[in-house]
Amino acid sequence: MTEQVTEARDPKSSPITKSSGNASGDKIFAGLSYGAGALILVVLAFVAIFLVTESLPALAPTLFSDQDSISSADNFWVYVVPLIGGTIMASFIAILIATPVAIGIALYISHYAPRRISTPVGYVIDLLAAIPSVVYGAWGMLTLSTALVPVYGWLHDVLGFIPFFSGDPSTTGRTLLTSGVVLAVMILPIITALCREIFLQTPKLHEEAALALGATQWEMIRMTVFPFARAGIISSVMLGLGRALGETMAVTLVLSGGVFTLSLISSGNQTIPSEIALNFPEAFGMRQSELVAAGLMLFIITLAVNMVARAIVNRNKEFSGAN
Amino acid sequence: MSTAVKKTVEGASPDPKASKNGKSSRNGNAFTAGQKPRWVWAVVLAGALVVGAGITVVLGGEGFSVTGWLIFSAILYVIGMYVTTRVMENRRRATDGLWRNLVWAAFVVALIPLVSLLWTVFAQGLPTLIANPSLLTEDMSTTNGATDQATVDEGESLAGGFVHGLIGTLMITVLATLISVPIGLMASIYLTEYSRGGLFARSITFFVDVMTGIPSIVAGLFAFAAVQLFVTTFIGTGPAQLQMVKMGLTASIALSVLMIPVVVRSTEEMLRVVPNELREASYALGVRKWQTIMKVVLPTSISGIASGVTLAIARVAGETAPILVTAGFLATTTWNPFNGWMTALPVYIYRQLINPTAPGAPLPSELRAWAAALVLIVIVMLLNLIARIVAKAFAPTKTGR
Repeated sequence: MTEQVTEARDPKSSPITKSSGNASGDKIFAGLSYGAGALILVVLAFVAIFLVTESLPALAPTLFSDQDSISSADNFWVYVVPLIGGTIMASFIAILIATPVAIGIALYISHYAPRRISTPVGYVIDLLAAIPSVVYGAWGMLTLSTALVPVYGWLHDVLGFIPFFSGDPSTTGRTLLTSGVVLAVMILPIITALCREIFLQTPKLHEEAALALGATQWEMIRMTVFPFARAGIISSVMLGLGRALGETMAVTLVLSGGVFTLSLISSGNQTIPSEIALNFPEAFGMRQSELVAAGLMLFIITLAVNMVARAIVNRNKEFSGAN
Repeated sequence: MSTAVKKTVEGASPDPKASKNGKSSRNGNAFTAGQKPRWVWAVVLAGALVVGAGITVVLGGEGFSVTGWLIFSAILYVIGMYVTTRVMENRRRATDGLWRNLVWAAFVVALIPLVSLLWTVFAQGLPTLIANPSLLTEDMSTTNGATDQATVDEGESLAGGFVHGLIGTLMITVLATLISVPIGLMASIYLTEYSRGGLFARSITFFVDVMTGIPSIVAGLFAFAAVQLFVTTFIGTGPAQLQMVKMGLTASIALSVLMIPVVVRSTEEMLRVVPNELREASYALGVRKWQTIMKVVLPTSISGIASGVTLAIARVAGETAPILVTAGFLATTTWNPFNGWMTALPVYIYRQLINPTAPGAPLPSELRAWAAALVLIVIVMLLNLIARIVAKAFAPTKTGR
């Protein structure tokens, strides 16, 4: 009885404050959400820190390990530079193939196709993006590579004087060029989706003004859509490049790897992600550090590419739709 | 340019004489005069097909390549249309038509790999799966090189299966979702509800964008390095302890690194479209901020959030490389993601292709890989479909009162 009386007098239990919950809940919730945001930054920092710590033995063997040199080459750079070369070559093949096609499809969806076709085509492009990379790899390894063998023979016969097409053409078709084609198919949806968004945001008045002045459809696109979308196209291509650089399975399954060579149609070359995937499961000690260090190089390259792309997007935020 | 314009103007002027004499190709319609007749494209196409066939025969030598024929014909058609239009109309219209054809060509070129890929997966995977439904219920513990050799040599039915991969993918993905959804959700609540656009919030947004570009294999290496550091610091550095590092949980951490940015981006977008009037109405009733978020903001946007999370799950369910370096692979079924190696479905496909069970007879391994690939595609597509349906069916009605 006495308890009830004191409770009623206690200002904390008055109905007004009770109905609005308690103030500590507010603080806890704000703290939790702030903490989650901070955690994301911490995780990204840890990604960098852990990769550096784990790769120190490979980067400077004399200082951080009991060995004089790394296990697969004289020093780390001799080991990693050919891998970086292979990674960049494969990604550039992919970009060279994917960019024009992606811009074409984006234009097709945004300006050329009738509406009842363009919506399903958009779905189909999203579908391409959803297919797991290992399935692309399997397709490239068992279907595409055999289909490309005669093409490589032909390229070698006709264009053999160019270093890229010299060397014995592979009889299995599992070459860096095939990997590049598979990568191109994989990054196509990303570039297309971003470009489509930007193209669709071109001010309708600009387009109509151009058409009213007698421009043909292509002239209208060249005069209004492309200038408006230039920054967006560049950044979407760079985002695609970032994806191609880090893609693993398409290369691991397709490429029959080897030492670095300029020839794209004979077997050889290797990329960083593929090298890691092939060797990491069995690696330990120094070999593991080497692979983590190679991963660190990949991380730095893709981080740089992505940051430049995002910076371009953010700078043009007001008039581009790539974000 | 000026001649082209003049020509257009002249062509556009009505010419009744021509229509009377039947000289004009399109009955002298004032708006279509000066244009090439409609049937021109068919003539050019026929010409391109014939000449293309000729070139293919001359260049190809032995055997007629249908693919080569189609490619040559397509190139010839595009060039032919350009030249014809240029002669019959003018340069500007010819350029316009050229680019229109090229844009269509880009669309067709992009369809080829998609159709080829889906066709291969279904043609190889579906018959295998129908003939051997046991693939869905067995693991690889009793399958070895000898059983595969017997399949090839003596026509025994396909041994083994990938139920362990299905279970592994399920456990690893569920754990990754449990880790990343709360973090991603809270971070996006911070961005939309609490932050005032300061440096901290802007750097979160920027680095979330950067994180979406982290190569998946680097995420795997990070999770591996993090767990290894944890184990060596707190548990021990013996070989048995180092063996512990590779487990399902490590793979889940790797997948979370890939999943969190996707969840943050999609959730943030959904929270931002919740109208401010709803929040203000809630505050006006004296409801605290956290309760407003829990009871007003989140329920309003829950369909969009759920759809975004489902898409993120679909994305990580297909990842191979991070799981390969963090959880390894196993032939037997295990439900425990906290102890020992674990196989996920994509890793199973990869191992079957790159390291066939019977090196001398890789066909059974390939068939199993295609069947697993089909199942994986179906899972991912179903998740995508669910995401779309959820987004549509449970979307809040936008009409205000």
